[in-house]
Amino acid sequence: MRNRIAQKFGELARKGEGALVCYVVAGYPDVKTSQKVIDALIKGGADIIEIGIPFSDPIADGPTIQAASNRALKGGVTPEKALQLVRSVRKIHPELPLLAMTYSNILVRPGMQKFMAQAKVSGVDGFILPDMPVEEAGTYLAAASKLGLATVFLASPNTPQGKLKKIIDSTSGFLYLVSVYGITGSRKSFEDYTLKAIKNVKHCVGSTVPVAVGFGISTPAHVQFMIGAGADAVIVGSAIIDRMGKSSGKKMLSGLQQFARLMKKACVK
Amino acid sequence: MLGSYPVGGRFGKYGGKFIPETLAPAVEELESAYEKYKNDHDFQKELSYYLTEYAGRPTPLYFAKNLTEHAGGAKIYLKREDLLHGGAHKTNNTLGQALLARKMGKKRIIAETGAGQHGVGTALACAALGLPAEVYMGTKDVERQKLNVFRMQLLGAKVHPVQSGSKTLKDAINEAIRDWIANVKTTYYLIGSVVGPHPYPMMVRDFQSVIGHEIRQQMQEVEGGLPEAVVACVGGGSNAMGSFYPFLDDTDVMLFGVEAGGEGIRTGKHSATLAAGSEGVLHGMFTYLLQDNCGQVIETHSISAGLDYPGVGPEHAMLKDMNRAKYVATTDDEAVQGFLMLSRLEGIIPALEPSHAISYALKLAKKMDKDDVIVVTLSGRGDKDVQVVQDYLDQKSRKKKKHAK
Repeated sequence: MRNRIAQKFGELARKGEGALVCYVVAGYPDVKTSQKVIDALIKGGADIIEIGIPFSDPIADGPTIQAASNRALKGGVTPEKALQLVRSVRKIHPELPLLAMTYSNILVRPGMQKFMAQAKVSGVDGFILPDMPVEEAGTYLAAASKLGLATVFLASPNTPQGKLKKIIDSTSGFLYLVSVYGITGSRKSFEDYTLKAIKNVKHCVGSTVPVAVGFGISTPAHVQFMIGAGADAVIVGSAIIDRMGKSSGKKMLSGLQQFARLMKKACVK
Repeated sequence: MLGSYPVGGRFGKYGGKFIPETLAPAVEELESAYEKYKNDHDFQKELSYYLTEYAGRPTPLYFAKNLTEHAGGAKIYLKREDLLHGGAHKTNNTLGQALLARKMGKKRIIAETGAGQHGVGTALACAALGLPAEVYMGTKDVERQKLNVFRMQLLGAKVHPVQSGSKTLKDAINEAIRDWIANVKTTYYLIGSVVGPHPYPMMVRDFQSVIGHEIRQQMQEVEGGLPEAVVACVGGGSNAMGSFYPFLDDTDVMLFGVEAGGEGIRTGKHSATLAAGSEGVLHGMFTYLLQDNCGQVIETHSISAGLDYPGVGPEHAMLKDMNRAKYVATTDDEAVQGFLMLSRLEGIIPALEPSHAISYALKLAKKMDKDDVIVVTLSGRGDKDVQVVQDYLDQKSRKKKKHAK
């Protein structure tokens, strides 16, 4: 099976570049616009796309993603429609690493195996579930391995070493290091502990999986900080959605493309 | 033995810890602290001191003679948690957890609240133990439970209104969890019901089990045996779990959990999670939820803010599947009738939450023998609900008049 995520990280490593991962809420403000936003981000330089499947109770998300999810849900976006978006993105970008980010219940309700199989057929390469710790992930991991889907697990700056090892053993695609004590949402700056966490996690993973850092990253300076500390990728979400709220139409799309370009430029070591 | 759950953090297949990784160390720290203190003599002695001298335990088990005669069947006893300091059973748990938080060296307490009773319980326990408290409460609940908002403020707690989602208890919990993630090192999250990730459902049940243990002992004294049935209302399910737990392995004792049927289960406007829900993951636990086919949690409805919750404690989910407890629903209308009846017949104004249990107990009593005994946990008093009931009755009489025209 072709592994788009590993391929992309391999390619970037050879070029000495960090990966830019961009997060988009499916159906915010509507599905058609989501598709255009993804295209603009890719044109700007996004290497990997995360499509957020909106959930009614996103406990790990700050006001920006909460509001966007809410708006999408009110607009009638279902997990099925989010997967349709995946399908159309996949059609245009056959080589793009594409992950679905959502909460456990979206998979649990229809049945883990069933939903993940649908996602796979739609073109998803893997899942990111912020409320699925490795201890609870038996069924999830079994289904993912059967389907050949990546399971991206999250680690936090306060994750103890023993637990970190278990997370590293279970994660595939990459490891998602949460940059801060907190929820998603743009930040002005980062503290020293983020730097230490990146160094520690990079040391622990060795060469097994790439490490992507996310939560709060909103400027090229942040990207340089993370990549400089040793991160293989940065994940940008709320900063994109904040920008989408400030303008619309072609102006919004070209603004996003420009933003992605600047963020990607900062990924180059 | 049913009393031996949870095993490995699970009640059968329910429960677990579906939490963001940032919270994992805090939850583990809590688990080991609770394991350490739950059998610690000094901790239990201190808790028992506060429960007795400060909160007024034991609460009476009152024979509701007039209510019994009205129903014309089984004898109805009321476990008077409404007389506990703070006006509801919530104080049993808040004192326990606040003491634990202090032992753990936590400097800041956060909590969520629906009807405001857990917020009040948290605020008073924290005031007594010298801890600062902040309480998240949905704006819809702030509006309908103004009295409790003011009480929390008087007790020194800071109330954060929550605007997101359905603006009720579910969203207050979401917001409290987000706060906890951001302040995980310093903050203790004091959950108000038998919900959330392990060890909360177990720990809150243990702190609330004082209700059931007292019922057992008091029943022995007045009736010389165990009751035929125990009835309690279920939102998250803490007063019910506390009432049921000491009876779980006495299979002759029937257990009834009464959920909020709202405007009727068929209308879709209700909070009867066990009666009408399906399995899912919310607030760190695998349990029954009210959700749509896609897994989106749906808005619930109940006249009582304390039952307005789309999830339920995982131990209740297990007891339902095992048929050890029976879960039924009572509508807004029936609950208001129970509220009025207990007020008039016994001179006790109950909270709207246990009014659901009262209403069901009346139906149940009629079907049982006169020698049988039903214990209803009267989980709180109704001062906070007087305005809500008045508005409800006014609206109903306006509708009636309109109909008559």
